[in-house]
Amino acid sequence: MAMVDITGLRKVYDDGFEALKGVDLSIHEGEILALLGPNGAGKTTLISAVCGIAVPTGGTIEVGGHDVLRDYRAARRLVGLVPQEVNLEPFEKVIRTVRFSRGLFGLPADEAKIEAILRKLSLWDKRDTPIRALSGGMKRRVLIAKALAHEPRVLFLDEPTAGVDVELRRDMWETVAELKADGVTIILTTHYIEEAEAIADRIGVISAGRILLVEDKASLMARLGRKTLRIDLAQPLAAIPGALSHHGLTLADDGATLVYSYDTGSTRSGIARLMADLTAEGLAVRDVSTAQDSLETIFVGLVNERQEGAA
Amino acid sequence: MSGGINFGAIRAIYLFEMSRFFRTLGQSFVSPVISTSLYFVVFGAAIGSRIDQVEGVSYGAFIVPGLVMLSVITQAISNASFGIYFPKFIGTIYELLSAPVNFLEIVAGYVGAAATKALFIGAVILGTAALFVEVQILHPFAMLAFLVLTCVSFALLGFIIGIWAENFEQLQLVPLLVVTPLVFLGGSFYSISMLPETWQTIALFNPVVYLISGFRWSFFGMADVPVGLSLLAIAGFTALCLTVLWWIFRTGWRIRT
Ligand SMILES: Nc1ncnc2c1ncn2[C@@H]1O[C@H](COP(=O)(O)OP(=O)(O)OP(=O)(O)O)[C@@H](O)[C@H]1O
Ligand SMILES: [Mg+2]
Repeated sequence: MAMVDITGLRKVYDDGFEALKGVDLSIHEGEILALLGPNGAGKTTLISAVCGIAVPTGGTIEVGGHDVLRDYRAARRLVGLVPQEVNLEPFEKVIRTVRFSRGLFGLPADEAKIEAILRKLSLWDKRDTPIRALSGGMKRRVLIAKALAHEPRVLFLDEPTAGVDVELRRDMWETVAELKADGVTIILTTHYIEEAEAIADRIGVISAGRILLVEDKASLMARLGRKTLRIDLAQPLAAIPGALSHHGLTLADDGATLVYSYDTGSTRSGIARLMADLTAEGLAVRDVSTAQDSLETIFVGLVNERQEGAA
Repeated sequence: MSGGINFGAIRAIYLFEMSRFFRTLGQSFVSPVISTSLYFVVFGAAIGSRIDQVEGVSYGAFIVPGLVMLSVITQAISNASFGIYFPKFIGTIYELLSAPVNFLEIVAGYVGAAATKALFIGAVILGTAALFVEVQILHPFAMLAFLVLTCVSFALLGFIIGIWAENFEQLQLVPLLVVTPLVFLGGSFYSISMLPETWQTIALFNPVVYLISGFRWSFFGMADVPVGLSLLAIAGFTALCLTVLWWIFRTGWRIRT
């Protein structure tokens, strides 16, 4: 069943800028969906429209079967939001802001619940600390605690790991996994393919206000996880020797460079075999380098692929 | 609460705002006490030594209702405008917008808290004044009613200003350029009847005149304008603020993008 159902969503800001150009997206109950996209793609706008912060210009959004405009109370009660910016009251104590968040949803006070949330996020020891005296990573966790205070069924995390160190990032992923185990549907945005790879069930790619694709992680990673190996030769080649043909090589730089493409996801990259074959052919290698396609080139690749597929 | 009013949210906002007030209770208490005392020293002693009575009331006592109004109006506006401007400014407003609350519940929480604070300050000033002069209150219930209505209506105005303001300068602009002059010229420190005739006519266009007049009536039984007119004026002002807020609610003006 779709937990969040978005159809034909458009958003034109007051200055006339069209940030979302007809987004269709269906998010399954209990899944983790990672929204991947460059700066300005429309990720935050999309989340804002679902959560009631931005008013959609067109289209419909339903959460748990409730229209977010007509039936906003029922819809919003299901949703928790961790915003991209760390927006917190500096002088307020941690536990009070979390209690406040729960109160806003009209729920009765529940100290046991608040304690459980703060413990889960390792904030219990800091409960009486004013927010300005917390580290950046702790502040992010306070945002998560606030979003969880009303026990939402759907959680939006807008770049939860931006500017967060490796250890905290792993903690964050673990928290997300635990929430999923509790049956919470999770949508998170990120710029990092590795992050989407680490925790998502499905990955959506958004660019310039359009969803380019939504796919199972496994099948998408197979397509995205390619690297190229460039081999500079001491002597340029006119053509690729027949003994090397099965490696799928191409020549570049007037024959001075061999380009090899391989899958980082597969158990064998084939690089060792290739090097052995080069030596056997008597080709002297001057240098090697590897490169991963940037997110942007991957996006461009995806767009082209889609257009070709449609044609 | 499904379908009905989210009273829990109103309560949460109200208590959260009040806790900010209680955290700085000392300040909230000390500054009105000092400023009231100063007014009494300057106006009561210096000017009062020359004007001993206004319409049968000692000048010191005569200025008490005006002083209370002056502070209550200023406090109601600044508390409410700051209360809603602050979350806009630091970005925590996202939380209000994504919670199952409607605009009127948000208004009730913020305006309720701002009005309570202003009422508290009004009581402090009244208490301080009683140390300097003998304060009599002929119509205590009418006095309380005027006080509460003033607190609420100007907190509503403050809320509108807080929604409208896009920076701290704008936040100060309306109180500084419009409200303070109107309150000072509204007969806080003199009776309208003491003015030359043309100015008396002009003064009747100042809405604050009606408030202070009605409020002073509840103390001394004398007024510049009929009490019924005073009540009508404050009711009209409250209705105007509510209408503007209703429009903001319908359109999401300056709140939702
Ligand atoms: N309030 C606004 N008024 C006008 N334009 C806006 C507004 N908010 C966002 N935009 C524009 O809409 C586009 C999408 O912005 P959005 O914040 O949704 O991007 P994003 O995908 O979240 O980017 P990032 O990864 O940098 O967070 C951008 O071009 C942005 O400049
Ligand atoms: Mg964003």
